[in-house]
Amino acid sequence: MTAVFEDEVVTTALVRYLRVPGLAGELALITLDNGHDHTRPSTFGPGGLASLDAALDEIAAHSPAPAAIAVTGKPFIFAVGADLSGVPSVTDAAAAREIAETGHRVFRRLKDSTVPTFAFVNGAALGGGLELALHCHYRTIATTSVVAFPEAFLGLVPGWGGTQLLPNLIGIDAAVTVIVENALAQNKMTPGPKAAKLGIADAVFEPADFLERSLEWAAGVLGGDVAVSRPEVDRGAWDAAIGRAKAIVAGRTRNASPGAVRTVELLDLARNGVDGDASAGSRRELASGGEQRGPFSVGTAAEDDALTELLLSDPLRASLYSFDLVNKRAKRPAGAPDKSLARKVTKVGVVGAGLMASQLAMLFVRRLEVPVVLTDIDQARVDKGVGYVHAELDKLAARGRLSQDKLNRLKGLVTGSLSKDVFADADLVIEAVFEEMSVKQQVFAEVEAVVSDTCVLATNTSALSVTEMASKLEHPERVVGLHFFNPVAVLPLLEVVRAEQTDDASLATAFAVGKSLKKSCVLVADAPAFVVNRLLTRFLGEVTASVEQGTPVAVADRALDPLGLPMTPFELLTLVGPPVALHVAERMHEAFPDRFHVGEGLRKMVELGKSSVYSEPGVVDPDLAGIGYGSPAHPTPLTEEQVRERAERALAEEIRLMLDEGVVQAVQDIDLCMLLGAGWPFWLGGISAYLDRIGVSEAVTGKRFLPKGVASLPA
Amino acid sequence: MSRSLREVVFVDGVRTPFGKAGPKGIYAETRADDLVVRVIRELLRRNPALPAERVDEVAIAATTQVGDQGLTLGRTAALLAGLPKSVPGYSIDRMCAGAMTAVTTTASGIAFGAYDVAIAGGVEHMGRHPMGEGADPNPRFFSEKLVDESALVMGATAENLHDRFPHLTRERADAFALASQQKYAKAVATGQIGPELITMATRSAEQGWGVATGDEPPRPNTTLDGLATLKTPFRPHGNVTAGNAAGLNDGATGCLLAAEEVALELGLNVGMRLVGYGFVGVEPEVMGVGPVPATEKALARTGLSIEDIGLFELNEAFAVQVLAFLDHFGIADDDERVNPWGGAIAVGHPLASSGVRLMTQLSRQFAERPDVRYGLTAMCVGLGMGATVIWENPNWEGDK
Repeated sequence: MTAVFEDEVVTTALVRYLRVPGLAGELALITLDNGHDHTRPSTFGPGGLASLDAALDEIAAHSPAPAAIAVTGKPFIFAVGADLSGVPSVTDAAAAREIAETGHRVFRRLKDSTVPTFAFVNGAALGGGLELALHCHYRTIATTSVVAFPEAFLGLVPGWGGTQLLPNLIGIDAAVTVIVENALAQNKMTPGPKAAKLGIADAVFEPADFLERSLEWAAGVLGGDVAVSRPEVDRGAWDAAIGRAKAIVAGRTRNASPGAVRTVELLDLARNGVDGDASAGSRRELASGGEQRGPFSVGTAAEDDALTELLLSDPLRASLYSFDLVNKRAKRPAGAPDKSLARKVTKVGVVGAGLMASQLAMLFVRRLEVPVVLTDIDQARVDKGVGYVHAELDKLAARGRLSQDKLNRLKGLVTGSLSKDVFADADLVIEAVFEEMSVKQQVFAEVEAVVSDTCVLATNTSALSVTEMASKLEHPERVVGLHFFNPVAVLPLLEVVRAEQTDDASLATAFAVGKSLKKSCVLVADAPAFVVNRLLTRFLGEVTASVEQGTPVAVADRALDPLGLPMTPFELLTLVGPPVALHVAERMHEAFPDRFHVGEGLRKMVELGKSSVYSEPGVVDPDLAGIGYGSPAHPTPLTEEQVRERAERALAEEIRLMLDEGVVQAVQDIDLCMLLGAGWPFWLGGISAYLDRIGVSEAVTGKRFLPKGVASLPA
Repeated sequence: MSRSLREVVFVDGVRTPFGKAGPKGIYAETRADDLVVRVIRELLRRNPALPAERVDEVAIAATTQVGDQGLTLGRTAALLAGLPKSVPGYSIDRMCAGAMTAVTTTASGIAFGAYDVAIAGGVEHMGRHPMGEGADPNPRFFSEKLVDESALVMGATAENLHDRFPHLTRERADAFALASQQKYAKAVATGQIGPELITMATRSAEQGWGVATGDEPPRPNTTLDGLATLKTPFRPHGNVTAGNAAGLNDGATGCLLAAEEVALELGLNVGMRLVGYGFVGVEPEVMGVGPVPATEKALARTGLSIEDIGLFELNEAFAVQVLAFLDHFGIADDDERVNPWGGAIAVGHPLASSGVRLMTQLSRQFAERPDVRYGLTAMCVGLGMGATVIWENPNWEGDK
């Protein structure tokens, strides 16, 4: 490959020939280094692969021939895989295939080398970095390093040999765990010691003398003093493991992500082994020999095909767009005021001591480590709220997440009171009381009577107007919305609501607090139900309306499966809780009666105290059948496709209206909210990329949300 | 309470390969504390019978205690090396005799009963910390003529020594320097120098990772003729050259010390038994003569005489300074008991680390020489001091 990606940060393969005690001859050590510190990890674009190729050429030509070749990384990083920043510039199959084949060809030199090859995995080895290591004959790993194959998570396949080499090294079941299960569990990484235990590395050393010990170990292996034992790969385990992989992919993606599906196919193919290669040389040469192709060449050729196809697929482009939103835009919220305006928060008040308030108190005390005081109307509630936080802290300590000293400190910071006077020196007071405008207004008035003029008043309302809530205050400019998602400790999204009179300093303080809470903040306008709840409510409303007009629950609930959402509509309803869903739906109906209707079924569920439409899995609760879910007087049932199209069209319409209303800075913020607040998948690009892809955006609103090429293949 | 002193033994010593200071040296991009960490870890690894929590003290010397040699290096290096947090540490400074002082100080604590086991060592990264970095000499030194102006320039003090002992000529200094290079090269070839060396990863942003496995400073091709042509940077037409002095170097050393009874209890090696030591001050402008009174003091306090000493490991800061010592005690310039494996002129002298290099070599020589009962390690120290430690060979076979 001759070209480099535009702006590629090239990872250079630096070569040094070392004398190592106990080793006859030199060891050629390749250091992968892109010239930046660990915050910009080394990756492989075309230029990086060319550099590694050239390094291997140089070593091959070196006289005398080295006794061993080893590869390691710059400090803290081995290599984190293919350089995905160049993917947008890949627009045809030939270019895509060249990326796949070049990686295979260069890495394979380490596998086919007649000189023993070693990978000293000193730090993070992800994707292509791990594949490079797997091509080496032996591997050491640092206790502090991590390995992972994020490809299936991103909508790709570990296609530089990973799907073939890993199962044939550690067995198919463990490979399914690493490549499929971990990737689809928010890209869970495997720490060095665990990786060694799984057999990914042959030896594990501490970072303080990792390179020295690795060199010594390599000399020991070559000198026969160190025996490397690897368990036999169980060929009989394939069917069961592939079955497990398929179940994981179906469960996590509903097979909507082609990358995950292809990954499993390639893992299945790996059952034929990787050892039958006839000779060294490029895949093309071997391929031309027809029946001479060994199973590894067959496997890598299949990887080439899969990568070529996936690199030119819209779902992958949408995934990369999502990845970028989550990793960049989420860290620099669009429209946030200058952070220097933020005021220090040294004490937090929480009005209310119910479950939501207690969860908030837990989050604030744990992340801000400042006094947090809860108030409520009777002592029993206050005690229960404080008790909840203390119990949660105890749980963390029991799991080893808090030291005894830290536990003592945090517990001491959480107190309760019946009087709001305790808020006098608070810098931020958040209310989580009953969702009723008059109640909240009264709470804010009481708080304002006690606190300083600059204390930020925040509301966790999910649907009420923040502007109205602030309207009767002496200092309405101090009021912001901080809309958390349940469970508060887990979901990363925080919608930061700017009301009409909110000033920059209060808003900046809210963003600073959000960041300290380790949440991804998105600035939203004070529009009904903000972003996530508005879209989920609209979407759920269409599905339930379909049911109420006669579509069977099962049909409606399956209708969105092709999108691969994390849960079905009725599972979502159960998670949100029918009472909350009803509250938001009613509020939305008030605001936009044309588009949001409150289903009779939902009302009945709340009335009857039902948390699910199902009484048991797959069976509609008989108490609900006939009173709103499924049997109207004049049924007009829809097919799955019709339900899905109805929901998709509604989403497109609602997003366009939100953009027109200025609810967010850009459609990217809506996508970010859906990715982080609703867990909607990367391959949909949140949602807008998908709506563009299937043409619904244009059909409903007359235009795309994103230009071609942003979250899709270029025009 | 009744109290009895305990014998103190030198269990084992290691060092990093020594490097040349400066941007081209092997350790140009390697931190000083990382050198120490590697030394500590390797000491423990080579002595698996010693549970890490039995280490009662970590004393690490450095002359310039700032940056990667600052922050109470003995403690930080212990933490970085992964010693249990219960193991304390401190930094120590007596310039060139830093590691030597770390040994005598912790050994005294062991003898007294305050420690069972200690790690003592030193480091000097003269590339990152040039001699005198950040020094702020009190102006009274000069206004009151407390010291000669040349006292702070080590090379100038060596020239002063030539003045004091005119018969110690440049020719004798050069001949001694050549022998140092030759003896070192031979000891490397025979494998006598090597086992105490640890490997050290060296980073270079431009070249990638490397590993230091051997000393960088030695010049095995040194000749008398070549030495004669070298400039005398400290004085026009002087005697002290880069060839008959130790260079500017980077490196770290460390050793394990233990009460003899504890070493026996744990099954640790007994490399040497501490007999006694002496530190003495001399006129700062002739600091190189320091080992003479220091040795006399150590001999006097241990009841030994110079004839009892079978092996000498003398630090070669400058050839003339070793010659002054030998001359005083009537020992020939080429006496084979003196620095049999060469010295700092060949291997280098990363200031505060060197004392433990001398001891480590002496203990290895003891193992080969059961005919020798006593050995001596000595060095001169800036601002006019001498340091001498006398050791007994546990392998001595007596009159057998």
